[in-house]
Amino acid sequence: MHKTENWGTRIGVILAVAGSAVGLGNFLRFPGQVAQNGGGAFMIPYFVALLLLGIPLCWAEWTMGRYAGTRGFHSAPGIFSVICKTNKARYLGTIALLMPLVIYMYYVVIEAWCLGYAICYLDGSLMPENNPGSYEDFFAHFTGQGSDGALLEPDTRWFLGLLLLIFGMNFVFIYRGVTKGIESFCRIAMPIMAVLAVLVLIRVMTLGTPDPTKPDQNLINGLGAMWNPDFAVLLTPKTWLAASSQVFFSLSVGFGIIINYASYLRRKDDVALSGLTASSMNEFFEVCLGGLITIPAAFMFLGASATEQGTFGLGFVAMPSVFAMMPMGQLFGFLWFFMLFIAAITSSLSMLQPVIAFFEEGLGMKRHASATILGMISMMGAGFVIYFSKEMKALDTMDFWVGTVAIFILAMVQAILYGWVLGIEKGERELHEGAHIRIPFAVQLVLKFVTPLFLMGVFIMFCVYNASDYIASLQENPVAKMSVMLILMLFGFLLLLVHIAGIRWEKEGRFDQVFSEEEISVQDNR
Amino acid sequence: MEPAGWAMMIVSIGTVLCMVTFCLIKVLTLPAVEMEEIKGPLEIDTQDTVDAD
Repeated sequence: MHKTENWGTRIGVILAVAGSAVGLGNFLRFPGQVAQNGGGAFMIPYFVALLLLGIPLCWAEWTMGRYAGTRGFHSAPGIFSVICKTNKARYLGTIALLMPLVIYMYYVVIEAWCLGYAICYLDGSLMPENNPGSYEDFFAHFTGQGSDGALLEPDTRWFLGLLLLIFGMNFVFIYRGVTKGIESFCRIAMPIMAVLAVLVLIRVMTLGTPDPTKPDQNLINGLGAMWNPDFAVLLTPKTWLAASSQVFFSLSVGFGIIINYASYLRRKDDVALSGLTASSMNEFFEVCLGGLITIPAAFMFLGASATEQGTFGLGFVAMPSVFAMMPMGQLFGFLWFFMLFIAAITSSLSMLQPVIAFFEEGLGMKRHASATILGMISMMGAGFVIYFSKEMKALDTMDFWVGTVAIFILAMVQAILYGWVLGIEKGERELHEGAHIRIPFAVQLVLKFVTPLFLMGVFIMFCVYNASDYIASLQENPVAKMSVMLILMLFGFLLLLVHIAGIRWEKEGRFDQVFSEEEISVQDNR
Repeated sequence: MEPAGWAMMIVSIGTVLCMVTFCLIKVLTLPAVEMEEIKGPLEIDTQDTVDAD
């Protein structure tokens, strides 16, 4: 058996998975969702979804990933084949390659916005004394929302250089591999991110009443804008949908990432405690830091209207307005956006690894070749997002169809594979192999019966509320149509590669041992 | 901030803090023997970049 990669340390893999999960959604999307969906009352459906959907699915992904990884497969097509004991199941894995790849294409652009804003704070160009104009206009110009191709204009071309730099950084870490690249980076980046977030939190918590002429806009009322509950919203399905979606997207379940990361674990490595720890860390960044920074700060300086903005509005319009008025705003603006950049890069790194793993094990490529080909494909996609920047149509369309709809589909596939194909008895045995905590059997029952139904319900509600606009947009907007065509072309291309990989695996007899499970003695070659 | 707001905030943040503290204490106090000493070095050179295409 060829030598494969492994995580170096227990805390390393936990930090890498947590780094993958913690992103802009923790600091920007979560607070916005809470404030707009009943404040503190939102936390009731949020914790219900965390217990019934988020954490059980995380455990399922960790378990299936390690199960297949110890049998020699690290890519989703291989992992699904091992779970289903048929090579045909590899086609299901195509979606787990498409998703991280497409999400990377636009996420790397958002990552560049964060670093760009951090640089603008370093040189002071976002501070009022340098007259940046309205922050809404600044953001629209910075992201080229005015017209397609606007980011290729001479005055915004430096942004392309920044994007190339970030591309380079991502690929350097990926090229170095799981242990030397991803794990080493996350072991440094995650603590730095926590320290930066805590510094910003301390600043926000010590602001008191920043404008004495507006005594109502103080810290306590800012916290109230975030946490005062409106229990009436619990009767509306939309609140439950928003809470479930937030938990689901925040934990990175159904992205094809955790399953890939877990495949680099050894047979006796714990997955139960590690999975719970990574999820808890994500919740810490989301509830304890995100929940105390963004909305209270925006409320104190901008009033109640600031809390009604969306993810990007809150992060890139409201927060710069806050830093403009805050004492030492330039420093804290830099810290805030640099922290968002770190949150974004630890996530984007994780999006590349599942595809790299497939290129290497499915097509027999060396790291140079796989990184180069992946770099070319992802650069082409990012170029598409950069060029079609008007109203962020390409980004928004890709985010809806791949970053939202496809995630639901993959999560349902994985829940069914775990509960009904691998089986909960076997799943429980696998989960407790090397485990440092005991998970009650009730969780297995939840995974088999409740999680798929819960997911299906959330997905149907999501489509009812959101799909019609996006379907209409496909008919009316050529960029939306082209974005979907690009996604379908990539899907077709990956499907072809998965087909070829399956033929190779058959020829090499990779499945012979795996499919005769009873006789197998899993080679613990590490 | 209403009393119910304080209650929701304290319960939510307290729950998450308890969970993350429990997990981190458990992880960080476990012996590192299995993973780092018996099973090999921290960094495994996969050699896959030596003979590049």
